[in-house]
Amino acid sequence: MSTPLRALLLTVLAIGGTFGLDPFRNYQLATAAACFAAVAGLTVLVGLTGQLSLGHAVLMAAGGYGFASAASAVDGPWPVALLAGLVAAAAASGALGLLLGAAAARLRGPYLAGLTLALVIALPAAANTLPLGGDQGVRAPFLPVPEPLAALIAVEQWHAWLAIATAAVAVTPLVMLRNGRAGLRMRAVLDDETASRLSGVDPGPVKAGAFAASAVPAGLGGAALAIATQQVTPGGYGLGFSLLLVVAAVAGGLGSIGGAAIGAVLVTVLPWGLDELAALAPDGLGRRLDGNLAVLLFGAGLIALTTAWPGGAARLLDRLRAARPLRLATPSTTTER
Amino acid sequence: MDRFVFLAAAGLARGAVLALFALSLVIVWRTARAVNFAQAAMAAAAVYAAFAVTAATGSYWAGLATGLAAGALLGAGAERGLMRRLPAHAPLPGIIVAIGLVMVLQAGLAIAFGPEHRPMHPPFSQRPFLIGGVPVLSPYDLFTLAAAAAVMAALALLFNRTPLGLQLRAAAFAPETARLLGVRVPRMATLGWALSVAAASLAALLLVPTELGLNPHAVDLLFVNAFAVAVIGGLDSPAGALLAGIGTGLLVSLVTGYVSASAAPLAVLALMTLVLLVRPGGLLAPKEARTA
Repeated sequence: MSTPLRALLLTVLAIGGTFGLDPFRNYQLATAAACFAAVAGLTVLVGLTGQLSLGHAVLMAAGGYGFASAASAVDGPWPVALLAGLVAAAAASGALGLLLGAAAARLRGPYLAGLTLALVIALPAAANTLPLGGDQGVRAPFLPVPEPLAALIAVEQWHAWLAIATAAVAVTPLVMLRNGRAGLRMRAVLDDETASRLSGVDPGPVKAGAFAASAVPAGLGGAALAIATQQVTPGGYGLGFSLLLVVAAVAGGLGSIGGAAIGAVLVTVLPWGLDELAALAPDGLGRRLDGNLAVLLFGAGLIALTTAWPGGAARLLDRLRAARPLRLATPSTTTER
Repeated sequence: MDRFVFLAAAGLARGAVLALFALSLVIVWRTARAVNFAQAAMAAAAVYAAFAVTAATGSYWAGLATGLAAGALLGAGAERGLMRRLPAHAPLPGIIVAIGLVMVLQAGLAIAFGPEHRPMHPPFSQRPFLIGGVPVLSPYDLFTLAAAAAVMAALALLFNRTPLGLQLRAAAFAPETARLLGVRVPRMATLGWALSVAAASLAALLLVPTELGLNPHAVDLLFVNAFAVAVIGGLDSPAGALLAGIGTGLLVSLVTGYVSASAAPLAVLALMTLVLLVRPGGLLAPKEARTA
């Protein structure tokens, strides 16, 4: 099946699934779809080119800010505002990604991770220094349910639809890129830079391009999150959230898009479930556990997965699929390097 | 002018702490070829140990010693328990495991001690001396500078002038050859981690009394700035860490004083980006071999 057709099918399936969920679950689904777009970008970047970015939350924030400012500025019917917002989100995050990619092309593992880490830490400072509304952030326009659907669905469900569609628009080109010539080049650069240079593949542009290609879905994910929450604040895109994206990418299996979906759902639903559980604990303990228990478990999971089972959830999917014959057309991803 | 002198003096003390923390990152890079992204969380855990001992005994010095020992133990434990099990020659798993360790340690500390800021009292006064009516360094700043200078001198001596230092460097530079020549390479890596986290803990112990108080995230910003410093100076170069540390400390202090506190992280980020774009290996990096 061709990739766009499969994407369309999955999108329709996900949108159909929203009918079975209550408004709060639909809100969570919208969040998960937003995270999925960002994690898909991150997992392709790390899995195919070996560049670890700890700053994908900032790229999401760039997309969110781009969406909020452009969609608020446009004075027209909602589809125009939505479209303008999404284009601005892709442009803002793509520009930042290209800038980072230019730096990333010259840097190796720890240097790049450190640079992106500094970027995350500098986000609140940037929000206060640049005209981004300070700690309060900016408001994204509220998109009400359109007239013909208003009787049928709640606003949370509508936002889930928009988020799912945005994620599909963000991830489908990424999958095509990954499975095509660009993906092959990325793998070549990851395997051996010298060898790839000798075969006429210059690592610099490939790495920079991969960074930009991974930044755009992250930015669109930020836009989807802005649609669901109607605001963009620097506090929402801190280091903790950035690390959660890394957890999702690793838990799903680096390089795997299906794994990214599993990871995104995991990091959206598990913290909420654990906080519900912590609320049952006695008062003082519950307050301490709130939010921290999930981080503790995710950290332990990250360590366990990396030391014991580097393939993540994608490996499990592969094993389930093992009965089917191998298809040579889709190149396998390198995760262990 | 008065303001400049005051800010420069404050920047000097801040730079010493930064340089010490950056040096701890350089140590673990030089002895184990790893960047420890969990350095801040480990140092924070060591400071909690020091805090507990100081609260129990009333002695700052007992707490300081406990903090250093706890840092060394944590470093050695992380190397023995986790880092050693990872595939060599690939930085990615090490970084991811360290991030996992950050999450475990910080969440664990927040669960065990609560998220409040706990005030830590410095052993010396923080009231600055007046020289010609201008406030300059306080006794505690002098203690910070002296402690950082002493530790850095001791580490320089250890690495450059002793057989153990030579073994430490050899184990990281050419593990196979070093092993053939009788160096216990795994032990050197453990020792390097222990030394590094102990140095980072000292930097954190010196910093925390001057800030809001002890909290699981109290050392995060120091780590990010120190990482920037280590990168600016070159991860392989202790002298680079010292120079870049003092320089960045001055920059942060001056930007905080003349522009605003919130602009300081942006200034550090800009400086790091600039240096990395011009010299990807840092200012004092040795020349890299050509690949193609």
